Amino acid sequence: MKHDNIERNLGILLVLTMLAISAGGLVEIVPLFFIKETVEKVEGVRPYSPLELRGRDIYVREGCYLCHSQMIRPFRDEALRYGHYSLAAESKYDHPFQWGSKRTGPDLARVGGKYSNDWQTQHLNAPRSLVPQSVMPNYPWLLKTDLDYSDIELRMKALRTTGVPYSLTQAEYDRNVKEFGEDVAKSLHIPDAEKNLVAQAQLGNYDTDPGKLSEMDALVSYLQVLGTMVDFKKYDDDYFVKFR
Amino acid sequence: MSQDKIKTPTTTGHVWDDDLQELTNPLPNWWVWGFYITFVFTIVYWLFYPAWPIGHTYTKGIPGWNSITYTATTVDGKEVEKTTHWNMRSKFMHEMNEQQAEQKKWFDKVAGSSYEDVSKDADLMQFVNSAGKTLFSDNCAPCHQSGGQGKVGFSPNLTDDHWQYGGTYDQIHTTIVGGRRGYMPPFKEVLNDQQITQLANYVLSLSGEPHDETAAAAGANIFKGDSAACYYCHGADAKGRIELGSANLTDKIWLWADVPAAKDATAKLDAVKHVISGGLDRGVMPNWDHRLKPEQIKLLTVYVHDSLGGGK
Repeated sequence: MKHDNIERNLGILLVLTMLAISAGGLVEIVPLFFIKETVEKVEGVRPYSPLELRGRDIYVREGCYLCHSQMIRPFRDEALRYGHYSLAAESKYDHPFQWGSKRTGPDLARVGGKYSNDWQTQHLNAPRSLVPQSVMPNYPWLLKTDLDYSDIELRMKALRTTGVPYSLTQAEYDRNVKEFGEDVAKSLHIPDAEKNLVAQAQLGNYDTDPGKLSEMDALVSYLQVLGTMVDFKKYDDDYFVKFR
Repeated sequence: MSQDKIKTPTTTGHVWDDDLQELTNPLPNWWVWGFYITFVFTIVYWLFYPAWPIGHTYTKGIPGWNSITYTATTVDGKEVEKTTHWNMRSKFMHEMNEQQAEQKKWFDKVAGSSYEDVSKDADLMQFVNSAGKTLFSDNCAPCHQSGGQGKVGFSPNLTDDHWQYGGTYDQIHTTIVGGRRGYMPPFKEVLNDQQITQLANYVLSLSGEPHDETAAAAGANIFKGDSAACYYCHGADAKGRIELGSANLTDKIWLWADVPAAKDATAKLDAVKHVISGGLDRGVMPNWDHRLKPEQIKLLTVYVHDSLGGGK
């Protein structure tokens, strides 16, 4: 068929254009139907607790992702510095994910547990007091600002509609108990969110100021859980090779 | 102008605006052949590498044409050799094997020798120094600073002879494996301001800092008395107890109260008073057994003990 004929015949042009667009569209859309199988299940991965979730929101608000990635690639140099490469399952409850593509600072995918709460607080407040060569800005307001958690239930409900298994009903709660165990299931129950958030902050004392529930509490609790959900010691060191 | 140079311009036959025409010159040959070669390349690629998704699986290339062999370590420590089709994760395993193979003989030597033997072996110490520096920079330097000099009010100095939790190889090893947690209860509920001032004067007197003699004498009684029971953790001689990690108050080393940097006697007193009244629930060192391998921890122990200095 000559180019000329297609261009001059509106009917054929329309049909062929639609064919071309459908092919492109299908290639992009069909894989989404398989996303649940593509992201292999890994034991231990759970949605964030209410406090961690608020911390994550602050992480996004402050634009941490502009300088820090959360994606350890399967390369030797990255594994030696940051630990086991990131698994798809580890960010399956992130909306949006924080993989990032710019590393002005180090990758944070497994920063949880690497430093003490004290260090994180001091470092966010004044990075150069601990790492003299750092170019990270100071975030002094985190420690001074009380955490606003009045809308935590709404935030969890919004994520629930995207498929994150926060529970609203007894049936959903029971499902979570089966899947994550009772302790985690409790922290995912939306009606108890405020209570759980305050309790975790008091128990964890993330900002090293027991009397205050600051934004620092939330952010540090989030940083301290990053990359710690999967216990790699339970697996042969090539267990994840068969993953896609 | 350029139209003159084209010898026999063929056009689509359309003419717009009197003289505007669309040329149909063929693409250059090098471009067309380059285009065909990408087709050939793609097909060769499919034969060697994972490519097409098919339902729940995907093509893995012709079996045996491009395989990767690596050694895996199972949960119970056995080494198993495996061969798979080419993929990033297997390639990663293979690369990690290569790196470990180069360092393995050294790490095995470290793991198999006593601390003292490692420290005496000059060749081995060269390895400890270079590998230890990398491990220290990655994991320890954020708190203890790049040279291990520590930071007053935050983390202890590892280069001096003072060791809060003990400076033998075994004690340093225990610290790295399990982490530490500095804790001192607040005394503002137990003691009044005058008593805290007296106690602070006594603490300053122990290390020869400027102080008030009368207040210090009263402070000594509080230190030894049972209401505050300072002696219980810091020892009757105030030299600290290694099993608790309590500070030696008689030396010139200050970790929490920044006495050396205080401008005058009042500021020094205030710094000490602040710690006594508020207590400490800081100085948390994370445990490293979940992040570092046993042989890496052993190497770091020798590095901290021998290379950074100190270690008594």
